[in-house]
Amino acid sequence: MALLQIAEPGQSAAPHQHKLAVGIDLGTTNSLVATVRSGSAKVLPDANGNLLVPSVVRYQADAVTVGLEAAVHRISDSHNTITSVKRLLGKKLADVDQSHLPYRFAEQDSPLIETVAGPVNPIQVSAEILKSLAARASESLQSEPDGVVITVPAYFDDAQRQGTKDAAQLAGLHVLRLLNEPTAAAIAYGLDSGDEGVIAVYDLGGGTFDISILRLSKGVFEVLATGGDSALGGDDFDAAIVGWLQQQAGISDLADSQLVRQLYSLATAAKVALSDSESTEIVLDSHGYQWRGELSRSQFDELVAPLVQRSIRACRRALRDAGITQEEVGEVVMVGGSTRVPKVREDVASFFGQQPLTSIDPDQVVAIGAALQADILVGNKKDGELLLLDVTPLSLGIETMGGLVEKVIPRNTTIPVARAQEFTTFKDGQTAMAIHVLQGERELVDDCRSLARFTLRDIPPLAAGAAHIRVTFQVDADGLLSVTAMEKETGAQASVQVKPSYGLEDDEVTRMLKDSITHAKDDVSMRMLREQQVEASRFIENMTAALDADGETLLAADERALIEQAMQALANVAANDDVAAIEQAIKTLDQQSQEFAARRMDNSIKQALKGQSVEGL
Amino acid sequence: MNYFELFSLTPSYQLDLSDLAGRYRTLQSQFHPDKFAGESAQAQAIAMQRAAQINDAYQTLKTPLNRAQYLLSLQGIELAGEQQTVSDVEFLMLQMELREQLESLQAAADPEDAIDKLAARLNKDRRSLSDDFESAYNEGHYQQAGDIVRKLKFYARLEQQLQQAEEQLLDF
Repeated sequence: MALLQIAEPGQSAAPHQHKLAVGIDLGTTNSLVATVRSGSAKVLPDANGNLLVPSVVRYQADAVTVGLEAAVHRISDSHNTITSVKRLLGKKLADVDQSHLPYRFAEQDSPLIETVAGPVNPIQVSAEILKSLAARASESLQSEPDGVVITVPAYFDDAQRQGTKDAAQLAGLHVLRLLNEPTAAAIAYGLDSGDEGVIAVYDLGGGTFDISILRLSKGVFEVLATGGDSALGGDDFDAAIVGWLQQQAGISDLADSQLVRQLYSLATAAKVALSDSESTEIVLDSHGYQWRGELSRSQFDELVAPLVQRSIRACRRALRDAGITQEEVGEVVMVGGSTRVPKVREDVASFFGQQPLTSIDPDQVVAIGAALQADILVGNKKDGELLLLDVTPLSLGIETMGGLVEKVIPRNTTIPVARAQEFTTFKDGQTAMAIHVLQGERELVDDCRSLARFTLRDIPPLAAGAAHIRVTFQVDADGLLSVTAMEKETGAQASVQVKPSYGLEDDEVTRMLKDSITHAKDDVSMRMLREQQVEASRFIENMTAALDADGETLLAADERALIEQAMQALANVAANDDVAAIEQAIKTLDQQSQEFAARRMDNSIKQALKGQSVEGL
Repeated sequence: MNYFELFSLTPSYQLDLSDLAGRYRTLQSQFHPDKFAGESAQAQAIAMQRAAQINDAYQTLKTPLNRAQYLLSLQGIELAGEQQTVSDVEFLMLQMELREQLESLQAAADPEDAIDKLAARLNKDRRSLSDDFESAYNEGHYQQAGDIVRKLKFYARLEQQLQQAEEQLLDF
């Protein structure tokens, strides 16, 4: 635990140490894991040389399998073999279109899938995929990774981001950052070419579509705008073909889940074939249906045209939000397997008036970008080489009178961000106020996504409009939101870390973590003790250095004494094996030194631009 | 530290935006939470607050209307949440006329052309008000400058509504 190590140029805070960091692309259809070795990022293959891990998890009574091994059972054991779970992550059951899905859902607010191994939720399923990817990395690197960067669609809302983070925690991974997929792709291309200018990233994956407009300037990637559709992807192309097949073959009933899977397999195969050829033959022979026919490229183009147009509309909107015209876009980057569809490439090229870049494999580019960012975040690269400034994908607001939403943070605001807005009471003597937090672009509460509700109490009873309540929204660098409400007179306060009800509660994650490691209990407590001791000694070491550097100028004698006292207390307990006591002492020192840390930071901000000429910026 | 001090600038309405962007990038490349990814929760939390302040300062100074309001707030004139409005009758009549134009866009023979014309008109009016603000502010006539900011807010709202109308009409 270091205290504000603001290293001066040429004066490294710690001896250089290479750390292992991996980037994970947790995809709807396929997932990948990549790492940086000897300066370049590579996707890690399995023993057979496969780079892609199908995002498929199969539950059996006594085993869980992930990837190719699970994928072969997607038709024969469709109830227990879960595909495209990313589409369910962070969703309420009511939000899920169940008509295409072969699973049996339990009666629950969050989608809980019944399997032979018992009910599982999308977070647990995602955690299984992450574990399998982490295992691949550990095997390949001969060591546990120090940290991971996991990519999410830029258009993921708060619940979906939180769900991804919970899954990582459940898989026992240290998440350095959630990174937006298009941003990751831009990093992969941007660091590659070193060009400056505006980049548009068009990312059409299996289940989601994202468009991001970024500007790369002097090592800073600034996301200007992002947009998309969290329910548009290659799966919809498949569904369009399935609809056509159903019509052609005269299938009226889609209740048979194995038949549905069969139709989807045929559709996917036809779609892939049509990327390289002008037409493809489809043969259906199962479950009493026999049909044989041709699907041509132009028929297929017609089927998917409305879907592709939807994506182009989102591109237009994102450009407008960014304040950029088509002509100003220097490069267009294609990401996601679905950008192999020729119709997609044609329409994107015609909209932007230039051929899109496809030199990095569209399946791998996101994982590669994530690995590059992870490498920077663990500190393997020198300071200042790259900085990423991302934005909020959707507006955040609060419910006001009449079921309307008042926006507090508009979409495409650079994060981290903190914004406050004042509200007043509307009844005489009102002592409580319900705060309803929403996400979305629409004006009516019913059209937006509800993120959280909480109540501020102990408002002094005053005339209507006399009490002033300040509501502060804060979005961190991962894009996660917390909200605080405070009455200004009395300082009465209430806050919420937005944890959507269909995600997992913190203690639930802890419980599931414990369940998964009970067999190794002693091991775990030993490891926790070691970790806390290391933490304690690092904290003391850094604190000593900070006091030596700035203690004299920034602290009064009594303030310094309090910090030194807390340091001594920590040093004393760290020698023993009481984990809780060490944790407590770290917390105390943390509290005692908070003000000092803030002063050091402000001091260095003041110095940051001193003596710099305009040209040097 | 006020926003101008944060960027080592003297308070002024006239601002070189690319210079401001450069200062912004320099600050963020040192204080963004990503630069503290390997450090304590405490350091990360403080870095997050500071990065949020830097973002806020940049957004405020970057937009002329926000910058104007902020300059006046440094002079003790708060316009952000105020109820007071414009009393200039002639100006209000003009606003009604512009609003009617905005509402009749849909019925125009060539909506795209009508949108462009209205946008150009709003832009021209706004620029002239912006110049008025600058002279009033530089001469220390802060109350008068405040009145101009109130008028500029009308234009900001109109331009926003024009953009929404354009999105609807042209199916953005």
